[in-house]
Amino acid sequence: MSTWITGIAASSGIAIGKAYRLVEPDLSFQKTTVEDSEKEISRFRDSLRIAKSQLEAIRDHAREALGPDKAEIFEAHLLILNDPEIVAPIEDKIKNEKMNAEAALQETTDMFIGIFEQMDNEYMRERAADIRDVRKRVLAGLLNVTIPNPSMISEEVIIVAEDLTPSDTAQLNRKFVKGFTTDIGGRTSHSAIMARSLEIPAVVGTKTATKDIQNGDFLILDGLSGEVHINPTEELIEEYKKKQADYEAQLAEWAKLVNEPSISKDGVQVELVANIGTPKDVEGALHNGAEGVGLFRTEFLYMGRDELPSEEDQFAAYKAVLEGMEGRPVVVRTLDIGGDKKLSYLPLPEEMNPFLGHRAIRLCLDRTDIFRTQLRALLRASVYGKLKVMFPMIATLNEFREAKKLFLEEKDNLAKEGVPTADHIELGIMVEIPSTAVLADQFAKEVDFFSIGTNDLIQYTMAADRMNEQVSYLYQPYNPSILRLVKMVIDASHKEGKWTGMCGEMAGDETAVPLLLGLGLDEFSMSATSILKARSLIRKLSKAEMEKLAQEALQKSTVEEVIELVKNAVK
Amino acid sequence: MAEKTYKIIEETGIHARPATLIVREAGKFNSNIELEYNGKTVNLKSIMGIMSLGIGKNAVIKIKANGTDENEAMNAIDELMKKEGLAE
Repeated sequence: MSTWITGIAASSGIAIGKAYRLVEPDLSFQKTTVEDSEKEISRFRDSLRIAKSQLEAIRDHAREALGPDKAEIFEAHLLILNDPEIVAPIEDKIKNEKMNAEAALQETTDMFIGIFEQMDNEYMRERAADIRDVRKRVLAGLLNVTIPNPSMISEEVIIVAEDLTPSDTAQLNRKFVKGFTTDIGGRTSHSAIMARSLEIPAVVGTKTATKDIQNGDFLILDGLSGEVHINPTEELIEEYKKKQADYEAQLAEWAKLVNEPSISKDGVQVELVANIGTPKDVEGALHNGAEGVGLFRTEFLYMGRDELPSEEDQFAAYKAVLEGMEGRPVVVRTLDIGGDKKLSYLPLPEEMNPFLGHRAIRLCLDRTDIFRTQLRALLRASVYGKLKVMFPMIATLNEFREAKKLFLEEKDNLAKEGVPTADHIELGIMVEIPSTAVLADQFAKEVDFFSIGTNDLIQYTMAADRMNEQVSYLYQPYNPSILRLVKMVIDASHKEGKWTGMCGEMAGDETAVPLLLGLGLDEFSMSATSILKARSLIRKLSKAEMEKLAQEALQKSTVEEVIELVKNAVK
Repeated sequence: MAEKTYKIIEETGIHARPATLIVREAGKFNSNIELEYNGKTVNLKSIMGIMSLGIGKNAVIKIKANGTDENEAMNAIDELMKKEGLAE
């Protein structure tokens, strides 16, 4: 029977194909007594062998697809499987206590997990997770259930999951994943950003995708409307194949603008640039006509690993991006970690209000060892392209001054070591905190540029947690209050001969672009896949007319009135 | 029996990566190989054993090999410790 669910359209496009559930199976079991312990031991050894061959395959695949770094974790897992201090006690329990293999495995590994979890070192506590991971795999073998191995997918699929974490997506083979649908998440959650960077459609926040969809179900995923059709009729498939073709024709039309300037009907040029997360995203950015990178989120360099990335690791990544962009400007945002974004090897205390806590520049100015390493890597890479650096979560001028001081100190240190760096590197700040937007005129005297981070600016201005679905109605990019803050920032920068960019979701939004053009925004940074659509729109708009439109919008009292105004003016 | 004492100089101590390499190397030999640290002795062929000690920078550890290929084992591990920058 054909049925459908809806969610948030988080990445455009249409995917048609088979479902692949990335969902944990039930691994519960009973503790029992076994008669034939020899047989039980051999059953245990069989499951070890199966787990071993699975892990070897995953390791080999990861090494090839993701590089030796990512494969290392599986090496460690393989050693755990072979560890005499774990295997021998399990077999002893089966033999001496006549325990079934599942229970013997559970009890023995629980003991090790206990040891690691009691250590006073966060990094060591994380090792408990490795044991759990390996245990899960062996247990699945004993219980004869399959656990998903996303890295091993070898046919075209649509991923169905509760949510997708960065480590889940890192394991996915881009070639075969045609779309995502998840139970939770919104337009700015990791899964959504990832889907846009992979240029595949996604429908997130369906609430029930994992409940309603079984492995192998045939799906139509509409990332334009947010619908997911489960086992649709032939007619519906035909209809969607046509929609898919239309969408592709539209993309082909936009693709003609790849090398065209982003220029309004009345001749005003702006810059359309891409948000990226890894050097791998450079290709997609160029292919979508990006005139630079407006936001390189460096967190991904720090995530999904066991220790801080070295200066060399970071240097290589920054150099790759700068060289890849072939002289186009690249704005790198320094580490924005803490709060909800955690690193296993960097112990941070739990916070009541992580979004208002010790994160981003606040953390970096405290842990200057980490910050200096990143600054050095950036400075060394600066000779390979046009680097600009910005600091996230700046709330006061002193924070900017302190960050700039550290930056210049490292530049001096490198000069003394005889390491070349670029002469002038623009230093800017993210405007995400209302205090900074309000005081933009003072900031503008000292910074080289602003980049407005709308996702956070909206959440802090509206006092609405963007991860909380119950207050998602307060995520209002076109609220006149937000528009006024944006205007204050842009005007302040222009008064000092500086420029303002925007690197939140809003910068690529159909309703926002006309307003932002009218407010005088200089640089629009967005998911690479939104660039050509935005360019096509800007080329149809007159800057002078949009200025009038923006003035009117600033005088409106509700977000609904603003949307209505733009809708009527831009058709 | 072959044995040798080391002072760990690597900033992050014996973390997952070096521990993995050492255990894999130790596994190639027949000898019984042990690591002694802070009054505790663990099997060097056990990743969990090594990791459970939480060996950090400046720790002084002793490695002992006992068996038919104890010298070869000791040499191989010695070389690895130096190559990985764990000890001088």
